[in-house]
Amino acid sequence: MSGPENSLRSRLGRARGLGSAHEGVHHWWAQRMSALALIPLSLWLVASLVCNAGADYAVVSAWLSGPFTLGALGLTILITVYHAVLGLQVVVEDYIHGQPTKLILLILLPMGGVALVVAAIVSLLVIAFAG
Amino acid sequence: MAELTLPANSKPTTGKLWKAPAGTKNIKTFQIYRWDPDTGANPRIDSYEVDMDACGPMILDAIIKIKNEIDSTLTFRRSCREGVCGSCAMNIDGTNTLACTKFTSEVKGDVKIYPLPHMPVVKDLVPDLNHIFAQYETIEPWLKSDTPPGTRERLQSPAERAKLDGLWECILCFSCSTSCPSYWWNGDRYLGPAILLQAYRFIADSRDEATGERLDNLEDPFRLYRCHTIMNCTKTCPKGLNPAKAIGEIKKLMVERR
Repeated sequence: MSGPENSLRSRLGRARGLGSAHEGVHHWWAQRMSALALIPLSLWLVASLVCNAGADYAVVSAWLSGPFTLGALGLTILITVYHAVLGLQVVVEDYIHGQPTKLILLILLPMGGVALVVAAIVSLLVIAFAG
Repeated sequence: MAELTLPANSKPTTGKLWKAPAGTKNIKTFQIYRWDPDTGANPRIDSYEVDMDACGPMILDAIIKIKNEIDSTLTFRRSCREGVCGSCAMNIDGTNTLACTKFTSEVKGDVKIYPLPHMPVVKDLVPDLNHIFAQYETIEPWLKSDTPPGTRERLQSPAERAKLDGLWECILCFSCSTSCPSYWWNGDRYLGPAILLQAYRFIADSRDEATGERLDNLEDPFRLYRCHTIMNCTKTCPKGLNPAKAIGEIKKLMVERR
């Protein structure tokens, strides 16, 4: 529980702790909204992959070069990674209690997410425009 | 990291077997968690054979019989024996519930009784509830109003009063909070289902004028948003209440006021 057992701080003082952070609503809302957006996007992605199964490189890269496909695929990647970062942040906050480890992970998570999105979008553009 | 196994000095050992007198026909065995802070020994599971022909129907009847007739050192809290005081909450047959409203006949095989999970143990089946009651105090569980009292009661319409149903019945036994994995891992900061249900009881009260202030106090990644809608709270509540729904209502109000 909060604080070492031999602390002389009052129970109420420990329970109040550092007070309310006055945040969390945005995170909660963003997690739900991104989940909602991923329902049609994932269905579209799975359907598209099934339709393209077995197709050769030229056909797939032509499909990928279409403006709708490119936009929708970019959006799917962006929202998936955003949703994953929000979810992993909750996992870290739930289970990692040591302050330095927790802080380092919470810094690395969004950085990793951004790197992943940039790499994926650049790859998409390269396939779409450079063939 | 979250603790997934017990520390070495908390692992229970096999304790003493208290045999029923020879000739007893209807025997039920109760395996009960015992820990005595004065000995420094590991906790142990003592087994008591109880003559069910001379015992009341509830789990509480059996453990009172054990304390009175078999082993007076067995320690537990109890008071009202009818499910309104919340004292005898414990983990029975793997589920947190009230010993006084749980029938022994509902349990197949031996009856396993442990204290409420993941709370510091004072002795045997008595958990340390100091922190959770301090958390209860932080939500200021009393009616707050700046409007001076009139000459009679503060009135509510039947519809406004109906919003408190499913909330006022909570007896603070903490079966829900101690069944919640989020409360296990982050109980120092997460308020847990019992306290959040109590917080919503005042948020939902039409006579209370501190709703915004109450929501401010709860708007926190740990105090409120550690709830991941696991629903253990609702499943275990011996009064049939729905703390998960109360927490959901708080989250809805948080979005509504943005």
